[in-house]
Amino acid sequence: MSVMRYAEALRLAMTEEMERDDRVFICGEEVGQYQGTFRVTEGLLERFGARRVVDTPISETGISGLATGSAMAGLRPIAEFMTWSFALEAMDVLVNHAAKITYMSGGRVKCPAVFRGPAGTGNQLSAQHSQSLEAWYAHIPGFKIAMPATPEDAKGLLKTAVRDDGPVIFMEHAGLYAQRGEVPEDPEFTVPFGLAAVRRTGSDVTVISYSHMVGSCLKAAEVLEKEGVSCEVIDLRTIVPLDTEAITASIRHTHRAVVAQEEWKSVSIVSELASLIYELCFDDLDAPVERVGGPMTPMPYAKNLERAAIPNEKNVIEAIRKVLA
Amino acid sequence: MTKSAVEANQKEMLSKEEMLSLYRLMLLIRRFEESTYRKYREGKIGGYLHRYDGQEALVAGIIPQLRKDDYILCTYRDHAHALACGTDPRQIMAELMGRATGCAYGKGGSMHLIDPDNGFYGGDGIVGGPVPIALGVGYAIKYRGGDQVCVCYFGDGAFNQGGVHESLNMSALYGIPVLFILENNKYAMGTGVERSTHQPDFLLKARAYGIEAERMDGMDILEIHSRTQAIISNIRRESKPYFIEMNAYRFLGHGVADNPQQQKFYRSESEIEEWKNRDPIHLLGRKLEKMGWLDDSEKERIEESVKLEVEEAISYAERSPEPAIEALYEHVFG
Ligand SMILES: Cc1ncc(C[n+]2csc(CCOP(=O)(O)OP(=O)(O)O)c2C)c(N)n1
Ligand SMILES: [Mg+2]
Repeated sequence: MSVMRYAEALRLAMTEEMERDDRVFICGEEVGQYQGTFRVTEGLLERFGARRVVDTPISETGISGLATGSAMAGLRPIAEFMTWSFALEAMDVLVNHAAKITYMSGGRVKCPAVFRGPAGTGNQLSAQHSQSLEAWYAHIPGFKIAMPATPEDAKGLLKTAVRDDGPVIFMEHAGLYAQRGEVPEDPEFTVPFGLAAVRRTGSDVTVISYSHMVGSCLKAAEVLEKEGVSCEVIDLRTIVPLDTEAITASIRHTHRAVVAQEEWKSVSIVSELASLIYELCFDDLDAPVERVGGPMTPMPYAKNLERAAIPNEKNVIEAIRKVLA
Repeated sequence: MTKSAVEANQKEMLSKEEMLSLYRLMLLIRRFEESTYRKYREGKIGGYLHRYDGQEALVAGIIPQLRKDDYILCTYRDHAHALACGTDPRQIMAELMGRATGCAYGKGGSMHLIDPDNGFYGGDGIVGGPVPIALGVGYAIKYRGGDQVCVCYFGDGAFNQGGVHESLNMSALYGIPVLFILENNKYAMGTGVERSTHQPDFLLKARAYGIEAERMDGMDILEIHSRTQAIISNIRRESKPYFIEMNAYRFLGHGVADNPQQQKFYRSESEIEEWKNRDPIHLLGRKLEKMGWLDDSEKERIEESVKLEVEEAISYAERSPEPAIEALYEHVFG
């Protein structure tokens, strides 16, 4: 184990996978000579050369095509979007090609590409740069979706993503890049997809989240502990595949559930989780499921409006109080 | 008079007052931009912040000659465009500080300045984003049979976006009155032009779509002003797109995060210094001095009045309230 930042853990995962497998290469805007917009790929061009660390023009459609096509032809690309907001330029390649080629070919062609970069809200980046769009991809059959909340998971999940035979949507969070944590040094350490982590055990309510929002849920649990409320906090780690087992097992003994994420609340992952919980745990529930999500507005710039638009631990506490009332 | 004689005449027709007002506009942009970094460091401006230092002539040479009913679109590097469009600097500064009195009521911030009353249809946070939109704005002009123009600014890096190429093609196909201004400041963040395209001759690319194109010295406001006059009236008359590549340079980093240390990854200090020798504001200042239209005391006077305007903008913004929380839910639907 060694302590490192989330961004460094991502870099370590890529470094190890590139050392292990010559088919793995990186492409994206400012990933090489500039050392990465968020320094995630720092030093990799110097280490692996321009064949394997490819600086691209600002052409998200092209970047996605480079990754998708080369994956179909046997390579293992890791395409970086400077942020997931810019992947909107590339929707056709992602949705109509990368996600579907395995199915359309009856399994004869695979697309083992990783699409990664920062997602999420915050920092007054306003409407076009501050949003959490994982539900778009979760709606498309064919993508696996990982959203790590800790440095350890950042490393372990990214390695699993690279080794996966299908396209993986890998959403990091810019607000987590500087976060430090213990990370296993073992180059064979991976975190499997579809296995949630119980970040805190409790008996009164199950709080389910992922990515940056896990931190807010843990803070909420700490605050409520002082009031004698015992919260179990589950970090899903991957949205697809989803660890329904962990969700149902927890709710079976807490009988109450809150789902939380910083995405828009309607037609969202939290909506999907709530309906799944009703389908799977209806008889176990003592109260309706509470969803925590952002208001249905584009992200405003002004500090006070932004604060009101991004869900935080206060919203989680309110939701927990509601299911316990 | 022949067409070129008219042009030559127009060039000379720029009066002392007009030239001094262009000088003042460029200086206002520079001083305004300088103040934004100060306010950013004080934590009063947040988000991304991109300055226009060194590129002032690209807006000051063109936008003041447009009509009130023309349209202007640009990128996230948009403070200068708003100022040149005549947007009140107080409203711009208030927007940068996220105040209710901002030109977008505090909802947009630095990258999304907008002022439709002055023809300014906004900055855009997406690289290449304004180009397809300009196509549609230009189509609306043509559709209504008007003789306005739409001026669309975008960067050298943006030229590699698919949507830009689709839009250039369609603008020529339909005869759309858009003046495309390529702000070729040599870099897209840390990527130099020669590292982002194998064909750095942007004129060839525009011409490939059947669009007339030319290159201009982006540091010489008088050249830009005089040469674009005829171009703009041609667009009004003939309803077709035109493309200008501006040979320009960005004096500062891409944005706040692209500090001098970071810039070492892609450009040298000596290169920056060389370009700064051709600072568009100093170039015009020296010309005006030679013509006897500007001396030290006049310079001082302009500097003072610009300083005052920027200070007023700042104090207005700082005195302005934050948006009411209810505003969060306003303007979501049309
Ligand atoms: C679709 C998209 N991809 C990436 C970005 C991130 N980004 C913002 S500005 C920029 C560089 C653009 O360079 P250029 O077009 O030359 O304009 P300049 O900044 O030099 O004025 C990049 C990569 C973005 N905003 N939008
Ligand atoms: Mg540029």
